[in-house]
Amino acid sequence: MRERHGTCDHLLVSETPGGETAQQVPARLERRVGQRLVGGVCSGLAGHLGLEVIVVRVAFAVLLAAGVGVVAYVALWLLVPQRDEPAGPRNIGQLFAYAALVVGLCLFTWGAGALNWAVWPIVAGGIGVGIIWQQADPERRRRWVRSSESMWLRSVIGTLLVIAGLVAFLAEKIHPGQAGQVLLGSTVVLAGVAVVVAPWLLRMWRDLDAERRERIRSQERAEVAAHVHDSVLHTLTLIQRSANDPREVQRLARSQERDLRAWLYEPKADAEQHLAAAVRKAAAEVEDHHGMPIEVVCVGDCPLDDRLGAMLQAAREAMVNAAKYADGEPGDQGRTSSVSVYAEVAGDDVSIFVRDRGRGFDLDAIPHDRMGLRESIIGRMERNGGKAEIRTAPGDGTEVRLEMRRNPR
Amino acid sequence: MTRVVLVDDHQMFRSGVKAELGESVEIVGEAGDVDEAVEVIKAAEPDVVLLDVHLPGGGGVEVLRRVLPSETRFLALSVSDAAEDVIGVVRGGARGYVTKTISGGELTQAIERVAEGDAVFSPRLAGFVLDAFAAADVPAIDPELDQLTQREREVLRLIARGYAYKEIAKELFISVKTVETHVSSVLRKLQLSNRHELSRWAAARRLV
Repeated sequence: MRERHGTCDHLLVSETPGGETAQQVPARLERRVGQRLVGGVCSGLAGHLGLEVIVVRVAFAVLLAAGVGVVAYVALWLLVPQRDEPAGPRNIGQLFAYAALVVGLCLFTWGAGALNWAVWPIVAGGIGVGIIWQQADPERRRRWVRSSESMWLRSVIGTLLVIAGLVAFLAEKIHPGQAGQVLLGSTVVLAGVAVVVAPWLLRMWRDLDAERRERIRSQERAEVAAHVHDSVLHTLTLIQRSANDPREVQRLARSQERDLRAWLYEPKADAEQHLAAAVRKAAAEVEDHHGMPIEVVCVGDCPLDDRLGAMLQAAREAMVNAAKYADGEPGDQGRTSSVSVYAEVAGDDVSIFVRDRGRGFDLDAIPHDRMGLRESIIGRMERNGGKAEIRTAPGDGTEVRLEMRRNPR
Repeated sequence: MTRVVLVDDHQMFRSGVKAELGESVEIVGEAGDVDEAVEVIKAAEPDVVLLDVHLPGGGGVEVLRRVLPSETRFLALSVSDAAEDVIGVVRGGARGYVTKTISGGELTQAIERVAEGDAVFSPRLAGFVLDAFAAADVPAIDPELDQLTQREREVLRLIARGYAYKEIAKELFISVKTVETHVSSVLRKLQLSNRHELSRWAAARRLV
């Protein structure tokens, strides 16, 4: 902004020597769209320089007739910030009067032969460029985003005018042999336009980018807030209410911890489709249901199929058993009551180990009606072409080992 | 008695750990951020530092960078299960990694083990290492460092399955000392290997 103002002041001083007559602190240079005829440039300038509006307007009319004014006006329109006020209605009568002045001057100079028709193509081109530039005015960006129809119309008209101006100019002026020079000139002009417009486009692009990023950030914040509210605060309340039930408190805390952990660190893997995610999910469910911490470690991963699904069921059953019987003897302080689950996919071999450090039991002594162990673990694995092994001894905990070879792909 | 410095930015957690460790170790200092930690460790010269992975001022890795080489040994402690954090701090020079959910008794054991110069792997860290060194088909640049031996793999798998060192020794018919040697050797490989896979694997696990 600062730099831009500097440019404007410099431009003013060089163009209108009357600027130095301003005694008091000059008003800020901004386009006064409240009193505009076209873009509020002249009234703004007049306020800034301490001159009558009519003086500035007449000066611009003369400059416009000479052609130079177009560029100056468009440049000021673009570069000078708009005053923060509602745009006033244009006084058609005055506008007509000034237009008549410009046209009259043009006819006069044309008639006098001082200027030739070449000015008109330049004016047409200038207006075209002006329309394009004006369209890109940042304050109006939003409105144009909404009314894209008029944006397209303006763009097309502006572009057509530029092309028409250039073509007319070339057709009028060009003599064989001068083509090279003319092309060079046009290129220089276009490059100039690009230099003027580029920083502005860049800024607009950055604004949009910053805006988008801010929106994403605030969405993320909202998501975090919602998550904390729904789960964490809820759990904390529940924990306070069940303060006299250590087991329930532990269950709640574990379940919340797991939930947060998964939310923060885990990939969004689909528990329906991949082994590692499915094992974690099964462990989480058992942990919730039985209030026993289950430590899961997975190495490797593979897609689930029917047989691996059966293996998963067997593993789940083993976890349930472990959770039920994992508690050490009452008063047995040194022993950690937790269940370890280790799932490994190495090539085509899939193994799952479920281990507790509980009492353990005598495998031969378990009654035949204990369906859990025999049917849902060993039987299920064997039916699906895998194998299950149970290692246990009283006082030594229990480990269930499940192994299966994957289907050939 | 083992002299220990606690580094963690949560005062509440530090008091909790102190209460759990009780009389089994001597707490000679505490710190809540990287600068403070470096100062306290240099002044107190403890045997073991319990180092939080996430610390204001650059994290546990920064403390390791500024203190090592030193006689002091580091045991990383973290709530984060992010592989990148864990592998990062171990490669930075920590002799082991345990999660903050570890029980007081297990933590005391882990501290003793690190103080003696051995390595401490949690089941999860063992899983990470197995995963990172898994791709056997990738040609190793330095086979000494870039591959685990069959025995080391077996030991790591048992750790991942929740076995204590004593149980591993029994299972594999070796001595506890030999188990410790294998784990230390894995730690060395983890720290020194330039294995391309390792960093790529850790980076791929940068979840969230």
